[in-house]
Amino acid sequence: MLKTRLSKTQLSQLDKGIIENSKNRGWILEPDAKQIMANQGFDIPRFVLTDSIEVATGFLKHSPGPVVAKAVSEKILHKTEFDAVVTGIYDKKILEQEMIRLKTLKGCEQILVEEMVCGLEIIIGAKNDFQFGPVVVLGLGGTSVEIYNDTAIRMAPVTPGDVASMVNSLKAKKLFKGYRKKPGVNMERLTDLVVNFSSLTMDLEENFQSIDLNPVICTKDRCVIADARIMLRKGS
Amino acid sequence: MDLKYLFRPTSMAVIGVSTTQDSHPANVIYTKNHLRYPVKTYAVNPKGGLLNREPLYPQLGNIDGSVDMAVIAVRAQFVPGVVEDCIKNGVKGAVIISGGFAESGNHDLQRRVTDIAREANFPFVGPNCLGIYAPDVVDTFFLPGERIVRPERGNVGFVSQSGGVLVDQMVKFAGQGIGISLGVSIGNKAVLREIDMIDWFENDLETRVIAFYIEGFEQREGREFICRAQRCSKPIVVLKAGKSPKGMAAVSSHTASLAGDYRVFSEIMKQYCVAEADNEYELTSFCEALSCYPKGIRGNVGIVSLSGGHGVVAADACAVQGVNIPGISSQTVGNIRENLTREIRDIASLTNPLDLTGSCVDSDIETSVRHLARDENIDCILALLLPYSPGISADIGAKLSQVARNEGKPMIAYVPNEDKYKIIIEGFELNNIPVASSVEGAVLMAKALKRCRPC
Repeated sequence: MLKTRLSKTQLSQLDKGIIENSKNRGWILEPDAKQIMANQGFDIPRFVLTDSIEVATGFLKHSPGPVVAKAVSEKILHKTEFDAVVTGIYDKKILEQEMIRLKTLKGCEQILVEEMVCGLEIIIGAKNDFQFGPVVVLGLGGTSVEIYNDTAIRMAPVTPGDVASMVNSLKAKKLFKGYRKKPGVNMERLTDLVVNFSSLTMDLEENFQSIDLNPVICTKDRCVIADARIMLRKGS
Repeated sequence: MDLKYLFRPTSMAVIGVSTTQDSHPANVIYTKNHLRYPVKTYAVNPKGGLLNREPLYPQLGNIDGSVDMAVIAVRAQFVPGVVEDCIKNGVKGAVIISGGFAESGNHDLQRRVTDIAREANFPFVGPNCLGIYAPDVVDTFFLPGERIVRPERGNVGFVSQSGGVLVDQMVKFAGQGIGISLGVSIGNKAVLREIDMIDWFENDLETRVIAFYIEGFEQREGREFICRAQRCSKPIVVLKAGKSPKGMAAVSSHTASLAGDYRVFSEIMKQYCVAEADNEYELTSFCEALSCYPKGIRGNVGIVSLSGGHGVVAADACAVQGVNIPGISSQTVGNIRENLTREIRDIASLTNPLDLTGSCVDSDIETSVRHLARDENIDCILALLLPYSPGISADIGAKLSQVARNEGKPMIAYVPNEDKYKIIIEGFELNNIPVASSVEGAVLMAKALKRCRPC
């Protein structure tokens, strides 16, 4: 049974506040964007947002696995280009060093330290299309999405059937279904996420220009939004 | 807005007819309708007098009797006044041929005309267009009759943002024996747009397929188009122009660069089973196939051929176009083999695509089509008919059509488009079986049915 929410998603006052406060910047910072996603019931990694090395190392100590550290900066839209993401940190010393380095990056005041989830990296995105309004994109994710451009596009809101057809239209569909003994993606979770994300884009139509949830890490149990960016519509 | 008087007028005024220039667009339109169409046609020019011994009316108001529709071919700045005059005189719609509006930057003038019309609930086509061609009813194209190729009256409704593309497509339709119910060049589409045309064709009994040439939609209009298309009971075919990506310098999001304008258009058409044709040849094939079979298929074809080579050519085309050629059941093979004539029973190759060889006769082809149609792996049949073989009779078209209709599965035929084979082609077409003039064309028709499959 799909636990797809049938009622329309609602933006909370909190979400509206985030959007209002981000208007001047033109885009919503990662922690805020993820907060909006979490308010919809979407899965995001456990995290702390801090400038304190003690808090960060404390988080690592209580984490069952490695963590990721990312600079949060109004000046940094594309984190990879600024070397503002460090993955796979097991070691307290390395975390300390990276915290110090990240804080020197342009405009960085806080660091987002998160549990690291491993699985298939996909992109779930949305674009506010001039002719069609909100459309959603699903495809193979990561930092090289534009090179492969293995994606499917549908007009929002989408149905569970649309999500299945999107996955089937990808070259990478075998990766979703499990390939060479690697487990596939939990299709029920993925379907829920894409369907509900697509109705969120309808609620956000007045406000957004594009949304990237990239990567969303999919395992046989979860679909976790590891990074999120919302570009706001000019003049909205 | 009732479009009946606009698209099926019984009387028409052509406003702007010249007293000195025979080749003026208004004169061409007046003359061809006056001489060759049943619509009662009046010429209007403020000077009055006579034109070719027929009265020239100074004003709409001078015409006795009602005028269903007006063709307006006066200079742009006079159009608002003429539209007001039409409304005042009870005209029920117009085709505005005149250019000089939004396409040349005169947005205010176009808005003025549009506001006047909307307030009075007065529909018009254009401005800056060729208008309408309704076979046996009316023709507002300002192209001399002897210069254009006109398709017969038929069941394809065609709407084009470009007049040139419409005329050119009419030539292609005529060449393939496809008839149209109505062709409309909507030009700047100030009032009547693609979405209105879906509604018209949905209710028009003559139309079975609706085809569009689209350059672009207004803000969010694509969504409205999809909503109407979804409600429409008839198959819709689109040909999109303007596919190449505009330079997207400094894109700030992955999604924005992954989902370019054309990809969005194309994928959404697929999502809602609107059959997008890649080019004008596909558009022609799609219209012919869907006018015979409005329901979609999964895309599993069984191919019957009289030559191994044609089977291979068809298989290659199917691979390119995404059409499947599934294996057929051993029971099907057995049933076919048992009923073949003795001459070919041992030499025919009965794997899909079937090769019945040049020694087959009509009944062998009928047998093959009958049993392929009964195979549950197959949902469409391609019959590649090479009329050169001595065993093939002139009746094969009609006979095979009967078999396909009895079996209830779509069949598409390929017959070379030569005058001497017309009797075979008509044997199919008069029985509502589409005929392609090339093997690839037949495969494109199967692709059309697949594009239209019910979601």
